[in-house]
Amino acid sequence: MADYEIPGDLRYTREDEWIRIEGDRVTIGITDYAQQQLGDIVFVELPAVGTPVERGEPFGVVESVKAVSDLYAPVSGEVVEANPDLANHPEHINEDCYGDGWMITIQINDPADLETLIDATQYQQHVQDRSSE
Amino acid sequence: MSALRRTPLHAIHQRLGARLVPFAGFEMPVQYRSILEEHAAVRRAAGLFDVSHMGQIHLRGAGALDSVERLVSCPVASLRRGRVRYGLLCNEDGGIVDDITVYRSAEDAFLLCVNAANIEKDWRWIVRHADPRTELANRSDETGLLALQGPAALAILAPLCDFDPARLRRFQFAEGLVAGGAALVSRTGYTGSDGFELYVDANRIVPLFEALLDAGRPHGLVPAGLGARDTLRLEAALPLYGHELDDTTSPLEAGLERFVKRAAGGFLGAEAIERRAAAGLTRLLVGFVLEGRGIARAGHAIAHEGREVGIVTSGAPSPTLGKPIGLGYVPPALAAPGTAIDIVVREHPVAARIVSTPFISN
Repeated sequence: MADYEIPGDLRYTREDEWIRIEGDRVTIGITDYAQQQLGDIVFVELPAVGTPVERGEPFGVVESVKAVSDLYAPVSGEVVEANPDLANHPEHINEDCYGDGWMITIQINDPADLETLIDATQYQQHVQDRSSE
Repeated sequence: MSALRRTPLHAIHQRLGARLVPFAGFEMPVQYRSILEEHAAVRRAAGLFDVSHMGQIHLRGAGALDSVERLVSCPVASLRRGRVRYGLLCNEDGGIVDDITVYRSAEDAFLLCVNAANIEKDWRWIVRHADPRTELANRSDETGLLALQGPAALAILAPLCDFDPARLRRFQFAEGLVAGGAALVSRTGYTGSDGFELYVDANRIVPLFEALLDAGRPHGLVPAGLGARDTLRLEAALPLYGHELDDTTSPLEAGLERFVKRAAGGFLGAEAIERRAAAGLTRLLVGFVLEGRGIARAGHAIAHEGREVGIVTSGAPSPTLGKPIGLGYVPPALAAPGTAIDIVVREHPVAARIVSTPFISN
């Protein structure tokens, strides 16, 4: 079975996004498991700075050679940064999904949203459950 | 849904780290390491594909030639032994039952290689319409099929054969020993690159696959999955049944006129194809390149001057061209290369231009 990097200091969603919490801002990307499942990523569509996003709703799209996947906002808030390099270098998500492959930063509306996120141990279990299906 | 079928190479695909997905009722490798790497390997060196899911239907005996002439759109009487032709099985409405290749191994012996998703449909169609003197056999389950594709294919294959595959020109085949086992080898493929397809008994395919991989490694051969097969065939503008072609498509709409014996007629669907042509075709298959940001996918609308005029049948990034390409149907008046169109991607029009196909020259 393939190995997936799951940093212990991040939070996660069951939709395979990672979340780095920094005060009332969160930075979001997709996990190593997600990028490996997608394969070569060739296109990313992200919201402009200032766009409001709502927890559980799609905020953007990531496309591999074969597949189109929606990105879901893990929290509600407003986009305060969007990674400008991904338009020309979507492969950064494959190469460094927790670093250069970051997608957006959101200013959160309600800190209670953070309680819906899962930790690395729970996410590891979530990945394993699907891998053994 | 019934259980997915596996090819004899399933365990090897798993060992090679393939991602396996359902395709036409089979569990097939969509990629091993990377679709882009596998695609590039086929264009620059070679790729090895397990396409054992495809079907093989044999026609033999006194009625075989009459049957194939009646069933298939391309001329068959003029097909010489050891040659292959691409053709279509058409229905009485002039739609396409399947797109196939016809192999002639003797005056009265033919092999039709058919799409995996259509094996049962084709078999029923052939049984129903074949001359009763024809012996029919569906050997899809007992037959393994590998595609060795790319410019290095000949150099990889030749040392393993007891005959010289270099003497095979495009669309010719020979039967002989490959890696010590009996095989039918044709210089054909579905990638737009040079290459060979190797038909063997299903129980021989594991050693053949391993022998080819070993022999090919120094040449840059990699195992390649259906993902790369799809981007490769799209660059070559080769139609895929279920996308560009279906039971309602006329071969003339799909740009397949040269595989239809129009003057001679006499095959199933011929009259309907002519009737539809005389009435005027309402759509034509075209290739397009995106100029704006976005990737065309099957099902996206094609628009012209703000009006929906057609539909995308296949779309993907072209690794060779470095931009997204696609195939789709538009009205004949808009089919000329150079015509500006829009592809509607998630409700936003993305600029595209119709181009002549194939997208790549080989």
